[in-house]
Amino acid sequence: MTRSLERRFDACPEELKQIREAVREATRGSGLDEETTGDVVLAVDEACQNIIRHAYGGCEGGEIELVLRVEDGSVVVELRDFASAVDPECVKGERDLEEVRPGGLGTHFMRTLMDEVEFVECSDRGNLLRMRKRLADRA
Amino acid sequence: MAMEQRVEEVERGVVVRLGGEVDLEQAPRVRDLLLRKVSQHPMVLVDLSAVDYLDSSGLASLVEALQAARKRRSAFGLADLSPASRRVIELGRLDRVFSIYASVEEGLDGSA
Repeated sequence: MTRSLERRFDACPEELKQIREAVREATRGSGLDEETTGDVVLAVDEACQNIIRHAYGGCEGGEIELVLRVEDGSVVVELRDFASAVDPECVKGERDLEEVRPGGLGTHFMRTLMDEVEFVECSDRGNLLRMRKRLADRA
Repeated sequence: MAMEQRVEEVERGVVVRLGGEVDLEQAPRVRDLLLRKVSQHPMVLVDLSAVDYLDSSGLASLVEALQAARKRRSAFGLADLSPASRRVIELGRLDRVFSIYASVEEGLDGSA
């Protein structure tokens, strides 16, 4: 069965609660247990925070397009923004976590919580981040 | 409002009880509250038992408060972690960085 969600949100902190609820609702009945659902919700939230803070640089008026589908035993989430191209390497970096400093944790969370995290498009039309969580295993 | 907070004065400092969802929208308020309390008291214990959701920005607020407390050589601890807050603190591998107590009572004893 393929379930899907496709919705646009304003790129602002006040929308994150609704985004989390939409992801939770869309994954209901997909076979994800509650903890894994929480992990996917957190990963999407962190990815949206990156869009709000970095892609749009905190400016108002931007939008995030969220697509979520369950296919081939995975939950696939795509997040599109319409900002300038970001550096796709920024989701690949490893961080020295022994060094305590605020910020920079979000990308580490996304990579730890999801099985795949990659930018599939970074252009002057915006950026498309795809994340995949296989249904069988846990982070 | 998606977040609740309560501050209770105790003999050696304060217990800050956070609740609800500590996300990017709420984290600045948590940060301001904790930094204010750290600047005012020799001991701040944060009760996380009622936190339903914590993200990296909420965690960063806790880290900032910890760093401010270390600078002042004052005590800062976390107590009674909810499953959501424990998950995120462990994901950040900060469970060995914070002083974490099983309960508020234990935290008050430990901070003495």
